[in-house]
Amino acid sequence: MATTESQLEEQEPGAPEATTDDEDVEARVGWRYTLAKVKRDATARIGFYIVAIVLVIAAFAAVDSNLSRLTFGALSDYRAAQALPFFEHPTALPESGEAQRNVPPAFVDGGTLSHPLGTDPQGRDYFTRIVYGSQVSVSVGLVATAIGLIGGTIVGAISGYYGGWVDDVLMRAVETLYAIPPLVLIIVFIVFVSDGSPDIRYAVIGVGITFIPVFARIIRSRVLSVREMDYIEAARAAGVKDRNIIRRHVIPNSFAPVLVYATLQIGVTILIVAGLSFLGYGAQPPTPDWGEMLRIAHGRYMHSNIWLSIWPGLAILVTIMGFNLFGDGLQDALDPRIKN
Amino acid sequence: MSSEPLLRVENLKTQFFTESGTVRAVDGISFDVHEGEIVGLVGESGAGKSVASMSLLRLVDDPGEIVGGEISYRGETIFGLEEGPDGELREREEMLSESEMRERIRGREIAVIFQDPMETLNPVFTVGGQLREFIELNRDLPSDEAKAQAIDMLREVGIPDPKERYEEYPHQFSGGMRQRVLIAMALACEPNLIIADEPTTALDVTVEGQILDLVDDLQDRYDTSFIWVTHDMGVVAEICDRVNVMYLGEIVEQAPVDELFYETNHPYTNALLDSMPRPDRTVEELDPIEGVMPEAINPPSGCRFHPRCPDAREVCTRVHPEPLEVDRADGYPHRAACVKHDVFDVGYDESVPLEAGDEAETGVGETGTEANVDSDSPLEEDQASTDGGESER
Repeated sequence: MATTESQLEEQEPGAPEATTDDEDVEARVGWRYTLAKVKRDATARIGFYIVAIVLVIAAFAAVDSNLSRLTFGALSDYRAAQALPFFEHPTALPESGEAQRNVPPAFVDGGTLSHPLGTDPQGRDYFTRIVYGSQVSVSVGLVATAIGLIGGTIVGAISGYYGGWVDDVLMRAVETLYAIPPLVLIIVFIVFVSDGSPDIRYAVIGVGITFIPVFARIIRSRVLSVREMDYIEAARAAGVKDRNIIRRHVIPNSFAPVLVYATLQIGVTILIVAGLSFLGYGAQPPTPDWGEMLRIAHGRYMHSNIWLSIWPGLAILVTIMGFNLFGDGLQDALDPRIKN
Repeated sequence: MSSEPLLRVENLKTQFFTESGTVRAVDGISFDVHEGEIVGLVGESGAGKSVASMSLLRLVDDPGEIVGGEISYRGETIFGLEEGPDGELREREEMLSESEMRERIRGREIAVIFQDPMETLNPVFTVGGQLREFIELNRDLPSDEAKAQAIDMLREVGIPDPKERYEEYPHQFSGGMRQRVLIAMALACEPNLIIADEPTTALDVTVEGQILDLVDDLQDRYDTSFIWVTHDMGVVAEICDRVNVMYLGEIVEQAPVDELFYETNHPYTNALLDSMPRPDRTVEELDPIEGVMPEAINPPSGCRFHPRCPDAREVCTRVHPEPLEVDRADGYPHRAACVKHDVFDVGYDESVPLEAGDEAETGVGETGTEANVDSDSPLEEDQASTDGGESER
């Protein structure tokens, strides 16, 4: 029941013309039902709230770049730039003289409430940077997972539906991709396409591509059983084109397991991109990415200011834990075999 | 009556190339369907009925393939082979391409009603949405008109509150109601021929009766031809005009329905009729056909039914009969593929009866009333496999 209805939710983006108002209502009811089930599970509930909070923070950071001033008003002297699109963040340094470099967090001796988490060696408010970091991480997690999800769904559905040599060619290609250690593959990809100036965009695309195989294999295994269903045969007998059969009948009925996997994968993505940034292949200074912040903090200021490493590390830990707990809860809620 | 048939099938052969050998699922069947007719395709499970009906739409899945014969629909060639300049068989020039099949034939001209109404509707879409999709696709109607048509069709097949039901999902429908929806789907595209693949098998008898009445009624109104695939002789008697009885990929008897029931000419048909449960007979009196149908990979030599046939004689293991005309009724031929008929003239009368001896011989025409047929069946199967090698097929 829950599975079917979450599929309803999911088929909408793929088949917008088929969506009537009533289907909308039906789908939302199903979605709400699933969420209610997730909420009954204590750990999943924690995950859900963490994800919700991170998403809200990230959304605010996107809407108003003066977040820090909005929330802490006069407490912060950080003058952020105007609202900027994703991946571009206020870079202006405080005017010299005003800048207070290496301020410790507010609860430590020498700290000040105007910089709740202190400032970095350039005098930038660390709280603001962590908040912006959430925007980078969340968008990175969503975009890279979406690339893997969409690419994997297309490859897996075509492979499973047609079978034969199409299946062989696609699956062997996917397995080749699967056989290379992901981090090596991503770094090689970034080096290859970035032409010497790595950027977080390349990291996202690279991570997304390495996710295609696993999504493709999950979808394919589902499609193999779905394609034997009579409604597929009925659609063929009615003269529906293969493309439309895949889009309207095969994918919506195969989607539930990958959807769950995708929520789990968002956390992994954030971690990998943070790792890439840490290695210098992802976000570049002055982008306030958590991995990038860790790299700077770890490389140069590990001994002089340990707080610079602790905050982004904590942020990564909490966010990933949130996505994982939520993904686990969603998996349980959508699995009809587990009744609670 | 003798005008050009709507659909003509000649010597159709569909085979599956599996690792353990070639399965001759359909092995040279010929029949035709005239306008406004309901033609039955009857046989046990595995006789090749469904493969035959899917072959008509060229929807045979890998590793299956139509390897021979000819299918023509209203003068158009759905399938046909010819000899190319290199001596190899190739598809004929005028044969419809895959996209022509999809756009012009499937759904528009020939529609299918499937066996299992539980599985034939996509669970993630509303019933109405699916019906509308098929109508839009096959009748080139805009969305809102297709929706109106879909609601009309739902009303037509006897679904109450069609407007409300249009928005519901398949799981909210009962089996009988879903089957009505499938019939609506098939009819909605106004095809000239509907292939009904055991459409009432999954339903209980009262619902089955209603569906048969509905089909009868709609058939009168729309004058659609049907190919009715079933294993149920009761359904055949009720609905069909002419019947083809299939056994192991071949048509063994072909006759108008009354003729088939009253002047049965093939022992297999007889056996099928005898194995029908009837209210005036107890289970003990029921005569199921002995044994199971052999594998189509390695069919028995001679007449394929001989290992299970109560009338089988030695000649049956050697001669493979084609269905020949043994009688005529209502302007249609009555064909039977059994060498006991005089037209075959292969020496059936002189031939030695197989194993069962004299008793089996007296059983001609009234199959399997002898108790000892039961105990003989393993021997008969034995006979079939030992004789298999040396015979002409």
